[in-house]
Amino acid sequence: MEKLNGSALATIDAIVARHRNQAGPCIEMLHEVQNELGYIPFEAMEKIAEATNSSVAEVYGVVMFYAQFTTEPKGRHVINVCLGTACYVKGAQQLIDRVQKLTGAQVNKTSADGLFSLDATRCLGACGLAPVCIIDGKVYGNALLGTNFTDEIRRIIKEERTTESAS
Amino acid sequence: MAEVHIKINNQFITAEQGDTILDAANRSGIQIPTLCYLKNVIRTGACRVCLVEVKGARALLSACTTPVSEGMEVWTNSERAIRGRKTTVELIMSNHNKNCLSCKRNTNCELQRLCAELGIRQNRFEGEHTQPTYEDASWGIVRDTSKCVLCERCIGTCANVQGIGILGLQNRGFKTICGPVYNGSFDDVNCMQCGQCVIACPVGALTEKEEIHSVITAINDPDKIVICQTAPAVRASLGEEFGLPIGTLVTGKMVAALKRCGFDRVYDTNFGADLTIMEEGSELLRRIQNGGTLPMFTSCSPGWVRYVEYQYPELLSHLSSAKSPHMMFGAICKTYWAQKHNVDPSKIFVVSIMPCIAKKSEARRPECETGDYPDVDAVLTTREAGRLIKMYGIDELDALEDENFDMDFLGEYTGAGVIFGATGGVMEAALRTVKQKLENKPLERVDFMECRGMAGVKEAQIDLNGEKIWIAIASSMTCAKPLLEDVRAGISKYVFIEIMGCPGGCINGGGQSIVSARKKHGTIGYTYKDRRMKALYDEDRFKEKRVSMDNVQLQKLYEDFLGEPGSEIAEKLLHTTYSPKKKFKIVQ
Repeated sequence: MEKLNGSALATIDAIVARHRNQAGPCIEMLHEVQNELGYIPFEAMEKIAEATNSSVAEVYGVVMFYAQFTTEPKGRHVINVCLGTACYVKGAQQLIDRVQKLTGAQVNKTSADGLFSLDATRCLGACGLAPVCIIDGKVYGNALLGTNFTDEIRRIIKEERTTESAS
Repeated sequence: MAEVHIKINNQFITAEQGDTILDAANRSGIQIPTLCYLKNVIRTGACRVCLVEVKGARALLSACTTPVSEGMEVWTNSERAIRGRKTTVELIMSNHNKNCLSCKRNTNCELQRLCAELGIRQNRFEGEHTQPTYEDASWGIVRDTSKCVLCERCIGTCANVQGIGILGLQNRGFKTICGPVYNGSFDDVNCMQCGQCVIACPVGALTEKEEIHSVITAINDPDKIVICQTAPAVRASLGEEFGLPIGTLVTGKMVAALKRCGFDRVYDTNFGADLTIMEEGSELLRRIQNGGTLPMFTSCSPGWVRYVEYQYPELLSHLSSAKSPHMMFGAICKTYWAQKHNVDPSKIFVVSIMPCIAKKSEARRPECETGDYPDVDAVLTTREAGRLIKMYGIDELDALEDENFDMDFLGEYTGAGVIFGATGGVMEAALRTVKQKLENKPLERVDFMECRGMAGVKEAQIDLNGEKIWIAIASSMTCAKPLLEDVRAGISKYVFIEIMGCPGGCINGGGQSIVSARKKHGTIGYTYKDRRMKALYDEDRFKEKRVSMDNVQLQKLYEDFLGEPGSEIAEKLLHTTYSPKKKFKIVQ
């Protein structure tokens, strides 16, 4: 297991301390850890189990039950592709294939270089713009038309590569 | 307690306020089938097998969770109730791997029994199956979720009986499966391998790792000398595998059956138990006299040893360094016995028949590899021994004539060894020898009644040659925990503490014959433990020698080979070390 850095551990400790005396603290702690770190590391489950006097298996069960919790670190950039009916009919699968080819990330997984996470989502409520996807919170409609969407991904890759070689 | 008057199947029944329908029915001898409910462990109402019809209720209700109320009328076997129950079981079956023929629990499965009783003749619902996990990485427990019925009995047992909780449900809805975190192995988490989850499982989802085949190979290898040793608790439970009543003592018949299987020697681990007492007893005396770490904990339950290594690593120095009896016996077989018979130790194959699953991983502990060969080569549970005997064509154990254990060099054993199998037995055995040694005269009273019984925690003050010491006995980790917390806090008054991993001791070990939930809820109830315990104390009572140090062959072993307890060679062969273990080995 990749060891968490000290600041992440301190974040977890602070979150656990903040909620430990509250009713039903486990889910509150998990929410906050997910928001702060982007995923639930195993260390967080251990600490939460200890603070709530439950077993790690129980906390893990909660994490696995709710779709919004993830146990894998997210990439630096998150791409959501809508797989609602309208988007699917308008070619969301093609969109996913393109993103996979560009980023190397599998569906609901993170690319090996840690740059991108590709999440397939339920209907985003923008069916008029189908197929729809979101990069880092910004919505791209009619994403198969033109190259706006793929250009953005290429731009991010390029930018990350330059900062990497500069540092 | 207020009385509640109800009617079940038109029969008037007086129940107690707070009873469920199932409690009231069980107490009156009315059988309601169950699957997920396990008395004193878990009651979730999840499986819906115990559905009954209640007058005035719109739907069928689960008997295990519905409380009784005054004037309630219940039908457990109305057509509607039976139909509801049958559909429930058919739905459970629709997501079950129905390979009964190759299942270890075949003929001993609670789901199979329900299907038979309800007359289920077809697979009414065929459809998708949950993605299964088959996992057998640890030397102990094997998990096959294709057979799991999600009853949560294992989860409740681990959490409520042992207070650990390594098992849980994960994922959601149809994808739900049961297992350790990350759907991993029992080796990746802080599992003590006691196997209580295995004997709680109604089906074949959790089972022991089988070693029968390596034993058969060894028996059939003309170069190998295969020595079998049987733990004390096995003789009180093996009979159940052959349909004999719980608590039938089958010592002689077990020996006869094992000899027919082709073992070159059949010995009693009790010789090893007597040896353990000599080593552990002198270690205790040394610790008392030299100001060593006290209280001292017994170390013959490998599940308990694992527990300390995971949960209380700071208390490891309290554990006696003595190996468990079967490991000592194996070590002696490959040294002393080999010398006496002038055979090459590499040709000796030691098989332990144990009531325990944790012994399987104990036999492979790197810390125990002190000699040139592994002490023990294979460990079979009581259930595996039953299967092995049946495989060799012996179906009626009680039809065999009693035979005696082999007697050359390692055959003698005392009553003190026999009682190792019940909680309090090791303590009593140790006290017999320590007291006799200290007072230097035969005991006036061999029975230490204060050590006996099925209570989770027992304590007593014992007079040892004028000095009074406090001792304590606990079985199961929830019972042991308060004692351990006191030791950690440095406020424990005890000098010697016996702890067994399984509730009731080895007689209720994870490798023993499985007592169905129906029996546990019926007239036998949890007295099955007392019945097995009684069998052991009965054998002890009629033994001529009942104090370990009186064992003549053991004295000879010390004279010819070991010297004295705690000697250099005894330390090398009979003692071991412990190390803190990381709770989770998780690879993300």
